[in-house]
Amino acid sequence: MTGFLTLLHKELLRFWKVGFQTIFAPVLSSLLYLLIFSHALSEHVHAYPGVTYTVFLIPGLVIMAMLQNAFANSSSSLIQSTVSGNHIFMLLSPLSYQEIFTAYVLASVVRGLVVGLGIYVVTLGFFELPLYSFAWVFAFALIGTALLGALGIIAGIWAEKFEQLAALQNFIILPLTFLSGVFYTIHSLPPFWQGLSHLNPFFYVIDGFRYGFFRTSDVSPYLSLGILAACFLAIAWWTLRILKTGYKIRK
Amino acid sequence: MTPAIEVRRVHKRFGALHALDGVDLEIDTGEFFALLGPNGAGKTTLINIIAGLTLASSGSVRVMGHDVMADYREARRILGVVPQELVFDPFFTVRETLVFQSGYYGLKKNGDWIDEIIHHLDLADKANTNMRSLSGGMKRRVLVAQALVHKPPVVVLDEPTAGVDVEMRQGLWHFVKQLNRNGHTIVLTTHYLEEAEALCNRVAMLKKGRIVALDSIRNLIHGLSGSLVRLRLSPDTLPTALQPLVSSCEEGYYILAIREYAQLEMVMMALRVAQTQVLDLQVMQQGLEEVFVKITGSTESPRSIAASA
Repeated sequence: MTGFLTLLHKELLRFWKVGFQTIFAPVLSSLLYLLIFSHALSEHVHAYPGVTYTVFLIPGLVIMAMLQNAFANSSSSLIQSTVSGNHIFMLLSPLSYQEIFTAYVLASVVRGLVVGLGIYVVTLGFFELPLYSFAWVFAFALIGTALLGALGIIAGIWAEKFEQLAALQNFIILPLTFLSGVFYTIHSLPPFWQGLSHLNPFFYVIDGFRYGFFRTSDVSPYLSLGILAACFLAIAWWTLRILKTGYKIRK
Repeated sequence: MTPAIEVRRVHKRFGALHALDGVDLEIDTGEFFALLGPNGAGKTTLINIIAGLTLASSGSVRVMGHDVMADYREARRILGVVPQELVFDPFFTVRETLVFQSGYYGLKKNGDWIDEIIHHLDLADKANTNMRSLSGGMKRRVLVAQALVHKPPVVVLDEPTAGVDVEMRQGLWHFVKQLNRNGHTIVLTTHYLEEAEALCNRVAMLKKGRIVALDSIRNLIHGLSGSLVRLRLSPDTLPTALQPLVSSCEEGYYILAIREYAQLEMVMMALRVAQTQVLDLQVMQQGLEEVFVKITGSTESPRSIAASA
């Protein structure tokens, strides 16, 4: 266990030491989103009955920041080490690939949770947000950040240059999170786009997470959790394979 | 006795490049062993395969009997590797780096040993300095410290003295020799042949992914046999009888290769007959460098490559 805990500790310390950039900055930008979108759209968009647009928006922004930061954590840590070459210290050690996987995913989860909590706590000072079930909120936060943490491992290993990682982030992760219903409920979309949204795994994270606050969602939270669990298992299997075979990192 | 390192028919291909072409090698426990060869001969590839950083295309490697693939956790616990590149994690200080590294090996309370290696490698002043602020030589020392943090019985150093000043190089070798005396098996690659000659019991010479010589340094040099005689003459002409012995000429000196000392008598005789006066005479043993040049057929010895680099 010591090896695994050390790697986890190192990964946590890595983002904690640059907390201004890894925690404070995303909290600030989410609050800006909230300020701007709630001001611009609260008159025009109606999401759930009895819920103002601003309050509807908060859980979406919280989980979106959590997902993006979970992905950023594992992917940037890995690409920084592989580009600078210091990943060999981990590779030379007897750490197993399962330990490496778990440590990176958990560090991503923690970074996501810290960022999410930061946004949540600050918004509580300004808005009254209901909380129907902490358990649902936590379950979706956990599975969402774990899924993105694992995807971040794959991306961090696959990318050889920072530009490639930035491309993944800008052309895949960002659109998928933006188009997943952070800013709207998908019931407001035309049927075709509604159907397409159901193929986006991020939609289920956001929908389920929001259910924990409002007890209303576009699809059943059980279904969302089931789909996400299946996605996580598939991605985890893929990530473990990559780590086991040494794809790109043990040439 | 189980060899410290056992390499069996290892091949490594990178696309069309056949980097290792069937390497067989056995290094005994307690040896001080050098891997020599020109740039691109496959030294680092071989070391990376032993360390598990690179996967062999075929063949097997065992460290103290533990297969580096099937039983990788045990094999890696036994090995301490000093990489060639000056890599470091810019987020952490020297001590943090060492504490993390020992944690990776499952060691929780390793503070005493960490203090000891920090002291031995002269890093005490820098223990709480961020890795980014260290000079190249200091970073190299931290790499050595990282490799030793779990007290590995087998220590592998890939070009540990490349780009390191003379004083530090000597300090490092003193330290490594001490490790060897304390029972650690040492494997190194180096560009400095006189280092290999001074430190190692045995060497393997690699060329284009094959081992072209594998022996004790004494046997290798002995196998070359003979000495070199360096002469300065007046008048500056070599008698015809001695022409066949010329190995090279340099700045007014003739260098003759002789097989045995008795031949020296013949040389002196020929000079007297030609009424040539000897201004200077030196007899030199052939060294590892000559062996290296002869075996690898490289006109440029690694030392001169290093000097020009």
